Amino acid sequence: MQLSVLVIYLLAALTPWLYSKQQARTANILALLPAALTLWFASHIPLITSGGILVHEYAWIPGLDISLTMVLDGLSLMFALLICGIGTFILLYAGSYLKGHKDLARFLVTLLAFMGSMLGLILADNLITLFVFWELTSITSYLLIGFKHESADARKAALQGLIVTVGGGLALLAGLIMLAGAGGSYSLQEIFNSSEVLSEHPLYVGMMICILLGAFTKSAQFPFHFWLPNAMAAPTPVSAYLHSATMVKAGIYLMARLYPELGGTEFWINTLTSFGALTMLTGAFMAVRSTDLKKLLAYSTVMALGTLTLLLGLSTELAMMAFAAYLLAHSLYKGALFMLAGIVDHETGTRDVTQLGGLRKLMPITAICTLIAAFSLAGLPPMFGFVAKELLLESLLKGPVGLLIILMVITSAIFVVVVAAVIALKPFYGRFVPQARTIHEAPKLMLAGPVVLTTLSLLAGLFPAVTGQLITLPASMAVAGQPIEGYLALWHGINLPLLLSIISLAVGYGLYRYWDTLRDTLRILNPIIERGPEAGYFRFMQGIVIVSEWQTRVLQNGSMRNYLRTIILTFVGVTGYTLLWRYQVHWNWDVSVYLHEIVVVLILVSAAAAVSITGSRLGAVATMGSVGFSVALIFILFSATDLGITQILVETLTVILLVLVLFRLPGFSSTSTPAERGRDAFVAVLTGVLMTLLIMITIDVQLFPSISDYMIENSQPLAYGRNIVNVILVDYRALDTLGEIFVLALAALGVYAMIKFRPDTQPGANHYAGTLILPPKQVPEKHLVLSLDERKQIKEEQIRAEKLRIKAEAEAKIATETSSLTASNSSNATEDDSLNTTSSDEQSNNSESNKGAQ
Amino acid sequence: MEPIMAIAVGCLYAAAIYMMLRRSIVKLVIGLMLLSNAANLLIFTSAGMTRGAPPLIPVGAMQPEGIIADPLPQALILTAIVIAFGVLAFAVVLIHRAYNIIHTDNLDQMKDTDT
Repeated sequence: MQLSVLVIYLLAALTPWLYSKQQARTANILALLPAALTLWFASHIPLITSGGILVHEYAWIPGLDISLTMVLDGLSLMFALLICGIGTFILLYAGSYLKGHKDLARFLVTLLAFMGSMLGLILADNLITLFVFWELTSITSYLLIGFKHESADARKAALQGLIVTVGGGLALLAGLIMLAGAGGSYSLQEIFNSSEVLSEHPLYVGMMICILLGAFTKSAQFPFHFWLPNAMAAPTPVSAYLHSATMVKAGIYLMARLYPELGGTEFWINTLTSFGALTMLTGAFMAVRSTDLKKLLAYSTVMALGTLTLLLGLSTELAMMAFAAYLLAHSLYKGALFMLAGIVDHETGTRDVTQLGGLRKLMPITAICTLIAAFSLAGLPPMFGFVAKELLLESLLKGPVGLLIILMVITSAIFVVVVAAVIALKPFYGRFVPQARTIHEAPKLMLAGPVVLTTLSLLAGLFPAVTGQLITLPASMAVAGQPIEGYLALWHGINLPLLLSIISLAVGYGLYRYWDTLRDTLRILNPIIERGPEAGYFRFMQGIVIVSEWQTRVLQNGSMRNYLRTIILTFVGVTGYTLLWRYQVHWNWDVSVYLHEIVVVLILVSAAAAVSITGSRLGAVATMGSVGFSVALIFILFSATDLGITQILVETLTVILLVLVLFRLPGFSSTSTPAERGRDAFVAVLTGVLMTLLIMITIDVQLFPSISDYMIENSQPLAYGRNIVNVILVDYRALDTLGEIFVLALAALGVYAMIKFRPDTQPGANHYAGTLILPPKQVPEKHLVLSLDERKQIKEEQIRAEKLRIKAEAEAKIATETSSLTASNSSNATEDDSLNTTSSDEQSNNSESNKGAQ
Repeated sequence: MEPIMAIAVGCLYAAAIYMMLRRSIVKLVIGLMLLSNAANLLIFTSAGMTRGAPPLIPVGAMQPEGIIADPLPQALILTAIVIAFGVLAFAVVLIHRAYNIIHTDNLDQMKDTDT
C-alpha cells in the first residue's frame, strides 16, 4: 500500500520527461496507473466484505513514534476506489480539456501529487503521517486552484483556499496531538483498541474543537464554506476531482475515521448536526441564487458536505448506512456533473445557464448524461441518489434531532431539486440560444468519465443490495466501529420518507418553473449575504495587514537609536529585576583608599562627563584621551602593568586616529530637544546604576572555582614563562590570541580597502564592493507602509533637519578654519603643514569624486 | 577601592550609553570607545583589585611570592583592548567613508540610504 502512494509520486516526478516524449498522449498514459490501482484496491473487496482489514506496517521515524503504517478497511477502501477510479477519468478528461495548453505537464504533475497525497491521507494509520498528507492535499490544491496563475482572481481564490484550510490544519495538528496524548498513541488502530474512554477525558472538548476546526475548514462547512465556490477558478478537472469527489471529503473522512473514538457524545451530536444542517441550508440557498454552472455545482457540493456532517452527527447505525451511501452517490454524480459542466463550457465558451439553451440536439450524449446525473442529485428513482436520500430522510426522522433541523433539511432538499432541474434542463432544453462558436459533441475521452460515472450511478441504484454489500456497508461498519445489520434497497414501501421525497420533488419542480422570479426575490437578501463569513475573512486579512503595518512601523522603524534604546531598556529591566530579586548588595565602605587613587578616579569620571556634554570635536578627543590615560593609570596602580602599557599605546594611537579622521567630518550639531536629552540621560543613568550594582554583587558571588590558580602554578614549570599574563595569552589561550590577530588583520584590510579604493563612476572603472554611490541630498521614498499624510509629515521633518544640518555645517566650517589658522601660527608649524597638505589632497579627491557622483 | 571603582564604572557606562543614543555617528563611535573602557574596568574591578603585586614570577623561582593579582582577567582585558582598537579603527574609517558617499553623519538620515 505504501508502494501505491509512492508510485504515484514517482510517476508525478517522471511526468515532465514523459511529456517531452509523448506530448498530448501523456495524460492517457498516466491514467493507466490509477486504473491499475483501482483494480488492485478492488481485488481486496472480498477480504473487506468478509470483515477483515489489510495492514501494512512500516516504521518511518520510530524515535518519534511516526510510522508509515497503512490500513485498508471498509472506509478507506471506498475512498481509495473513488480516488483512483475517478482519478483515472479525470486524467483522461484533463488531457483533452487542456489539450495544447503550455502548462499541461505542470498540471498533470500537481494532479498526480494530489492523488498520491489524498491516497496517503485515507490510508495512513499514524496521526502525524495523516496530518502530513492532509497538508500536502492543501498545498497541491493551492497549486491547482491557482493553475491559471496569470489571473488575479485565480491567485486570490487559491490563497483564500490555502489560508482557510491550512489555518484549520494548524488547529487540527493541535487536536491530533491532544488526541494522541489522551489516547496514549499516535496510531489510530492502537487508540481504537485501547480501553481509554476518550469522551470522558478532560481534554475531550478541547481536542474536539481543534479537530473539528480542521475538518470543517477542509470540508467547507459553514462558516468556512466560502472558499469552495471561489475555488472554482480552477480548471474544471480540478473542480471535478478535488472540490467535489475527493479533497473536500477529507474533513468528512477524518470525522468518520475518528467517530468510533470521539463520536456519539452529546457535544458531537449537537455540534455536527447543527453545523451540518446550517451548511446544507447555506449551500442549497446559495446554489439557487447562482447562474454559473460551476457555482451551482459548488454550492450544491457545500450542501452535500453539510449533509454528510449531519449524518455523522446523528450517530445512529442507520445514519452510518446513509452516510456511506450518500458519500458514494454524491461522488459519482457530482464528479460526472462537473465534467459535464466543463464540457458545456469547453464547447460553448460560457457557463452561465441563462445564456444557454437547446443544446440537446447538438450534444446528445452530454445532455443524457447530465439528465441522469441530475436525477441522482435530485434523488429520483432509480438512481443511487434516491437510495441515499431515502436513507438520509429515514435516519433523520428516527435520529436525535429537533424539528428545526428536519425543516432545514427538507428546505435544502427542495432547493436541490431546483438546482438539479436548472443544471439538467436549462442548457439542453427549451429555445436554442445561438453561441459564438460552432457547437459539437465533446471528444470521446472527455465523455468517458461522465458516461462511466453516470452508468455506475444508475447501476448502483438498480442493484442497491450489491452495492451496499460490496462497498457502502463495510464502510458504514468501519465508521461505526461495529457490525451493522442492514441492506440497501430501492423500494422501502410507502412511508414518511417517501412522502417527504415526493413533496420536495413536487415543490422543487414548481419552484424551478419560477426560478427567474425566485432569484429576483432572493436578491433582497444580498446585503445580508455580503456581510457573511466571506466578508469576515476579508476583514480578518485586512486586520493582519494593519497589525503588521503597525508593528513594522513601531518595531522595525529603521532607527538605530530606537533599536538601541529598546535593547538597553530590555537588558536593564530583565537583568535589574533578576539582580534585585535574587541577590543583595553589600556596600562595604571599609576599604583602604589613597588620595592619588581618588584623584585618578575623579579625573576619569569628570573626563567621561565632559565628553558627553562637550560641543567641540577637539574637546571630545582630548577628554577621550584623558579617559584612556586614567584607565591606564588605574591598571598600573593595581598590579596590571601589561594592561597599562598596552592601554597607553592604544590610547595614543586612538587619539592620533581620531584627530586625523574626525576633522574631515562635520562638527557636532545639537539637534536633540531637551526632552530627548532627558530621556536618553535617564536610560543612560539607569544602565550606569545597574552596572554599579552588578559589580558590587559579583564581587561577593563566586559561582565557580577560579581556574587562575592552575595557570599561576604551572606558568613556570610547564610553560617556562615568568610573566603569567603573557603566558596565558600565548600559551593557555593561544588560539584566542590567534583569533585576535585575525580580527586585527581583517580590520586592517578593511581600513586599507576603504582608504585606497575611491568611488568611481567613470565607465570602465573598477567597481569594488562598498562603492555604492548615491546622489547627495536624496530623500528616498522609503516609508511605504505609512499613509500619505504621515509621509508628507516625515518629508517636511527631513527637510527641516536638512536645513538645520547645513546651517550647523557652515558654522562648523568657519570654526575649523579659524582653529587651523591659529594652529599653523604655533611652533609645530611644519608638522601641521604636512597634515594640512595631506588633508587638502584628500579633500580635492573627495570633491572630484563628489562631482563624479553628481 | 572596589565600591568607588564600581561607581566610576557606572558613570563610564552612563556616559557611553548617552553618547551612543546621540544622532551624530561620531558620537556613537565615541560612545563605543567609552563602552569598551567601561567594560574593561568592569572585568578588572569585579575580579578584585590588588595593589603593587603584578602577576610575575621572580627569576629562579617556580611560583610567585606571596599574593599576586589575578592574571586571568588581565589577559582577557588585554585581548579586549586590542580588539576594541581594531574595531575603532575600522569604525572610524567606515564613518569617514560613509560620510564621503552619503553626505550625512546623522544616524536617522542614514537609514534612508538602503533603497
